[in-house]
Amino acid sequence: MSGGDAIPEFPKSKSGAKAGDGHEVSLTNLSAFASGPGIRSGAEVAAIIAVAVVIIGGIELALRLFNVPHYIMPGPSAIAYALYDEFPLIAPHLGYTLVELVSGFSIGAIIGLVMAAVITQFPFAEKIVAPYILILVTTPMLALVPLLILRFGFGYTPRIIAVALAAGPMVMINAATGFRRVDSAKIALARSYGASTLQIFWKIRAPMALPMILVGLMIGAIFGLLTAVGAEMVGGGFGLGNRLTTYSSMIQMPQFFAVVLILSTLGILIYVLFFLIGKKWASWEA
Amino acid sequence: MNAGSAKTPKLGVQDATKIYHTVSGDLLALDRCSLDVHANEIVSIVGPSGCGKTTLLWSMSGLHRLSSGTIRLDGREITGPHPDIGIVFQEANLLPWRNLDANIHFPFEIKGEKPDRAWIAHLVHRVGLDGFGGKFPRELSGGMQQRAAIVRALALKPSVLLMDEPFGALDSFTREEMNRLVDEIWLDTKTTIVFITHSIEEAIFLSDRVVVLSARPGRVAKEYRVPFPRPRSLEIMATKEVFDLTNIIKMDIVGERIRPKARERGTAEIVRIRP
Repeated sequence: MSGGDAIPEFPKSKSGAKAGDGHEVSLTNLSAFASGPGIRSGAEVAAIIAVAVVIIGGIELALRLFNVPHYIMPGPSAIAYALYDEFPLIAPHLGYTLVELVSGFSIGAIIGLVMAAVITQFPFAEKIVAPYILILVTTPMLALVPLLILRFGFGYTPRIIAVALAAGPMVMINAATGFRRVDSAKIALARSYGASTLQIFWKIRAPMALPMILVGLMIGAIFGLLTAVGAEMVGGGFGLGNRLTTYSSMIQMPQFFAVVLILSTLGILIYVLFFLIGKKWASWEA
Repeated sequence: MNAGSAKTPKLGVQDATKIYHTVSGDLLALDRCSLDVHANEIVSIVGPSGCGKTTLLWSMSGLHRLSSGTIRLDGREITGPHPDIGIVFQEANLLPWRNLDANIHFPFEIKGEKPDRAWIAHLVHRVGLDGFGGKFPRELSGGMQQRAAIVRALALKPSVLLMDEPFGALDSFTREEMNRLVDEIWLDTKTTIVFITHSIEEAIFLSDRVVVLSARPGRVAKEYRVPFPRPRSLEIMATKEVFDLTNIIKMDIVGERIRPKARERGTAEIVRIRP
């Protein structure tokens, strides 16, 4: 009976509708990685390869010309050979790192998604939780690794926890931004057919949040990788991070750079994975 | 063609009052607004902007709860969204992550019903969207999006269709095309239609009655019966009678805008223009 609801935000004019529509808001976020400069023609591919050849060849040439010793900066050829030669030895460590990354990220992402979905349903709870989320997001979770090692030993456990702690909040704040994109007209549409709160969540809010969720998952995965490698560098005898400290302590710089190469490849794969998922499932926004 | 006043109206609005509680105080959007819409009728609602047209329509749909007053569908009071009432929103309001087919199936999905494929195919053909089912909203023009929205609104065969400034964002040619489409759909389905618009020409072209709302707080200020037989041709729309009626309604709205305080609180006045 009492009209307790607030004034609905209808698009008053055409321009107002465009600004307040909600589904263009995160375009900047997503398109930053989704619709960046795409590679289209063979000539462009050729140009990119040519630039790579020139740079790599140039570095190789310069290092040889100036007789730079291997322990200061190994040449690209030496790194490539080390990657080929040492890969059977590095591969298990890549596996360990991937286990930490995938399990930690999955745990963190699920908790982050659920928390985002729940708190955005309760604006009051969100207000109270917000500062703590900010602390979680801004604190480098690496700082907790020594403590986690003290408590859980040198195995997988502290690393997985650290990865989850790093990825979770990233997923959560981005997903929350997505869930907060309320489009009153679309929710009214669902309600006009008698949709339940759950139906509105799954059929309106979740798809609408998906682009932002994907951004969160990508950032979370990258932060997870960072934290996994960092944690491996702090302690424990396995993982790619551990290889970095080991090789550098033994001044095996070609092997060291081979591991760096593997890590950047991992990072790029994460990016490409979410880019492709976004293209498949969230392209309606671009 | 219209039911007599003694008959129960299809959609009856009785003393609809809506107060919005905002931080800057209470806002009276509708003030004891009463309006009867009869079966198979098309009624347009016009009025100065911010007069509560949309609030009234959303209340009629059951999406808004009134502060006081009642909405009756076939004589029975409704307190929430009703399956017998379809809505076409401002700007098509399609879900951008679904293609047209999936958008049209959305009402059935929510209801947990199997889509009535024959009926949908008929509607899709009627609005000229054959072959566009796999397209996404962004791939279509505004007019086509609104056609799809009309199909979606009619998919569950509502007996009342509420249209909230559906063609406000379209260019004037597309708008005229859409108006003819509404006319055709009405001839086809005889759905009772309540149509909110800013365009007096659109209101006169489409409706049996044009209702002018007063400036906020909205209530029925004037009501005009459009005396030309429907469907209306462009020739009729070019006559002096239509021109005069347009101007009278325009003056009403302008008057409402500049003299909101001078408004009387009498009953709605029905003016007849001789054809």
